Parts: sequence; structure tokens; C-alpha cells
Amino acid sequence: MRKKKWANVKEAAIRVFFFACGILAILVLIGIFITLVSTAVPAFREIKVSEFLLKTNWDPTSPEKEEYGLLSMIVSTLMVTAGALLLAIPIGIGVAAYLSDVAHWRTREILKPVIEILAVIPSVVVGFLGIVLFGPVIAKIFHTGHGLNAVNGSFLLAIMALPTIISISEDSLSAVPAAYGEASLALGASRWQTLVRVRLPASLSGIIAASMLGMGRAIGETMTVLMVTGNARSFPHGFLDSVRTMTSNIAIELGEVPYYTTHYYALFAIGLVLFVMTFVVNLIADVVLRKYQEREQ
Amino acid sequence: MKKMTKKKIIQGIGFFALRAAMALVLAVLLLFLYDIGKKGGGALSWEFLSQAPRKGMTEGGIFPAIFGTFLVTLITAILAVPLGMGAAIYLHEYARQTRVTRLIRLSIRNLSGVPSIVYGLFGVILFVNILRFGTSILSAGLTLGLMTLPWTITASEEALKTVPDSYREGALALGATKWQSIRTNVLPYAVPGMLTGTVLGLARAAGETAPIMFTGAAFYLPYLPKSLGDQFMALPYHLYIMATQHHAIQQVRPLAYGTALVLIALILGLNMTAVVIRYRLRRKRR
Repeated sequence: MRKKKWANVKEAAIRVFFFACGILAILVLIGIFITLVSTAVPAFREIKVSEFLLKTNWDPTSPEKEEYGLLSMIVSTLMVTAGALLLAIPIGIGVAAYLSDVAHWRTREILKPVIEILAVIPSVVVGFLGIVLFGPVIAKIFHTGHGLNAVNGSFLLAIMALPTIISISEDSLSAVPAAYGEASLALGASRWQTLVRVRLPASLSGIIAASMLGMGRAIGETMTVLMVTGNARSFPHGFLDSVRTMTSNIAIELGEVPYYTTHYYALFAIGLVLFVMTFVVNLIADVVLRKYQEREQ
Repeated sequence: MKKMTKKKIIQGIGFFALRAAMALVLAVLLLFLYDIGKKGGGALSWEFLSQAPRKGMTEGGIFPAIFGTFLVTLITAILAVPLGMGAAIYLHEYARQTRVTRLIRLSIRNLSGVPSIVYGLFGVILFVNILRFGTSILSAGLTLGLMTLPWTITASEEALKTVPDSYREGALALGATKWQSIRTNVLPYAVPGMLTGTVLGLARAAGETAPIMFTGAAFYLPYLPKSLGDQFMALPYHLYIMATQHHAIQQVRPLAYGTALVLIALILGLNMTAVVIRYRLRRKRR
């Protein structure tokens, strides 16, 4: 009897341990949010929220008047991200469609892990290759002197977003019920027509979710854009401009800023903006993906 | 008849475009690997792997960075592996479909989307400031560990899903407790998959720069870290410095290429190890 009781206690303790591991995920997420908010709030004792979000000049170390306008960086981040998606979405869907509808299954089994290699190349290596490989090419084509600008960043971010977009789009294409494609083929449609008119539309929600996840990754990517976009603080006027994204700015300034100053707090406020942006984008991806999985079941 | 051929031509063009997309992606990957392999290979030598940087990092090797990356990844593993596996076991074996469970899953999915630099900011506040670990290898490892957590949880749960329910039911029917059934009838079959997923997560963590930049990685250190409270050099951060921050960037380019090659080799090596682990353990079980 006593032994049984002890066994029960042990079972309960083990259960509690595993439960605590699970709860940790919630705690970390809330912890990140609270940390960012509580460290960002003191910045707004001296900076107006409207100024922070709508002004374009960022010059926290100016001897005359410190300025904390984030808009240039928000626009730069969105610009580089948009450029990346413009490249990555069509190519990603193309590759996914090739893998699921054109390639022989044996080719597919070889190519899928090869594409995964792209996903494991560290962002700092991708950035390095942007400097040594694409920078000179871009400089030559557009006659810009150096090739460290928004185009370079978009190009590299596209490469980094591709594995995500390809693998989720391919999953959702293979999850389209076989009967859809068969019905279309039986009506005399070609494989191409079946792909474009039936199978791709049927997997649209998966493709949208994949693109959103790719977007979240592009917005939050730090090292690659830090290394190749040139980091000029001015408002961007085109893709050949040197731009500084929000992530780059944190990486550049956090190392030199004195702790517990308005500037320090402002960098955490940028972190908060980033957190909220990626959170919303990922949440949308999540909702779209879930809806689509529920429909599948 | 004419319409038939038109349809075929369009299909031919369409499929050609898809093949071209695939070829483009492969070409970029090959270009990356070729360039790093060729130019990085030239910088490799025993000296490069075993010596510290010399003369303002214009000569010598990258041993302290290799050592630092190894140590920080070890701390990452100590945090992320048991907690990640634990959370996965809870979610798949114990949890019912309650609001708390859904909240845990939602948190995990969102954590995996949090930008790495935001983890860095969190690490600065929590580990460096509040817990007073300072900018150290411990703070950096724990920051990376938190970042790796969602990946290890997801991968471990995938592995648990592959164990058939009949295994659990068999043990429970014989009078085993819940934990006994998990320990004897679930984990032995799930652990290879869990390990594989975990090593893949660790490989990703080893290549990260943004989370360690402000929590412990150092520009240059003349000595190796002696305790968990010391700063350290790391391969990804070293590459960043050699590529953009060094005073003689063109001169040290071969060293940067060498560092990139070692980093990529390390990460691809870890990935291969993961695949081999899975293969070996699967075969042994048969």
C-alpha cells in the first residue's frame, strides 16, 4: 500500500515536470513581450510616440538636438522585404509546382534535401556572399560604385525565404485531393491547365501562409541585411539606395550605447515594433494555415 | 487537332518555366558552395584551425572562435534539449485539448517566428542584467537555448507522433503506470527522431550571430574562456567582423573565406550527423 502511494507521488511529480516544460513556452513568449515593453516605455518619457513612428530623422547622438524618428527604417524594412517577396514568391511557387507536378518522384526525393541545404546556411555567411559575390555584380550593372543597397538585401532575403516558401507550398500542393486533378484531366485538360486552374487555386491558402512565414522571416532577419544594405540613415527613394533596416539599426547601435539612456530605451522600442510586426504576420500565417488544415480533416 | 498542339505548346512553355525556377535555385546554391569551397579551401591549413589570430587578426587562425562556438552550443544544448523534449512529451503524451494546451502550442509557433535580434535584446535584459551573468558565454548560450526551444519541441513531438498508440496501450493494459509506459514503450522508439531534430536545431543555433552579439561574443580575445562568466569568440561573429568591421578588409578576405568554410562545414557536418544518428539507431532496433 505504501509502495503504491509512493509510485503515485512519483507519477505526479513527473507529470508536473513535463507540464512545467510546456508552460515554459508561454512564459518565454510573455517574458519577451514584457521585457520589451518595460524597457521601451521609459524612452517615451522624452520621445513622443507620434514623433517616433512618423518622423524620418534618426540621430540620437546629435550634439544639438537628438532625433528619434523611426519611419525611414520602417520603410526600409518594408521595402527590402517587399523586394524579397517579389522575387521569392513566384520562384518558390514555381519550384514547388515543379517538385509536385513535373519532377519524377526519384528526382524529387533528391532535390528536396538539397534545397534544405539553403535553409541551413547561416545568415552571416549569406551576408558575406552578398558582399563578395553580388555586391560587385550589382555595382557593375547599375553603375552605383558599390553594390551595398536595398536590391542586394532583397536578393539575399529572397534566397533565405525560398526554402520555407518552397516546402510549405509543396506540402499544400501534395495535400490537394487526387480526385481534383483526376477530374480535370478526365475532362481533357492538360497537366499544365490542371496545375494552374485546379491544383494551385486549391492549395492557395497554404501558399499564402508560406508567403506570410517567408515575410516574417525577412522582416526579422538581421545579419544579412546589416552586411549588405549599406546602412545609410536617410529616407530611401529607390532600390538602389543604401538603406538601414530596423534590425540593422539595433545591431549597429546597441553595442555602443550607454545603458539606461533614452537612446538605449529607444532601441528596445524598435525591438518592440519588430516583435509586434512579426507577431502579427506570423499570426495571420498561422490562422490561414490552421483553417486550411481543418478543412482537410 | 490544331487546338491540341497549342495546348501542348503552352504546357511545354509552362513546364519549362518551372524547370527554370528549379535550375535557378540550384544554380544559386551551387554558386554559394563552390565559391566558399574554392576560396575558403585555399585559406585552410592546420595552422588556421589550431592557432589564435595574430597581428591584429591579419594572420594566424581561428581556433578560439571554433572553441567558443563549440562551448556556447554545448550550453545551448544543455538548456534546450531536456526542456524541449520535456515539453514535447507533455504535449503529446499528457496534455488534453484544453485552453492551456492550445495556448502552449500557439506560444511555440509564435516563438519560432520571433526575430533572432529580439532574442538578443531579451537575453541582454534577462541574463546579462537581471540575472547578472554579464556579457558571458553563459548568457549567450542561454539566449541561444531559448531561441532553439521551439524547434526542439516541434521536432521532438513529430518523433513522438510516429510511435503507434498500440505500444502505449499494450504497456498500460499490463498495469504499467503512464510514465512506465512512456519510458519503456514510447521513448526507445522516439528518441532517435528526437535526437535528430534536436541536433538540427543546435546546428541552426551554432550559426546564429544576432543573439550572441550583445550577450557575450567578443571582437577579439587573446585567451580562451576559462569559466562560464568569460566572454568568448564565436565563428559567426568572427566572420561578421572579418567581413565588415576589420581595419584591413581586403587583406583579410582569405581569412574570412576560411572562416565561412569552417562554419558551413561545421553546420553541414552537424546536419549529416543528425541524419546518420537516425539511420543507425533505426537499423539497430530492427
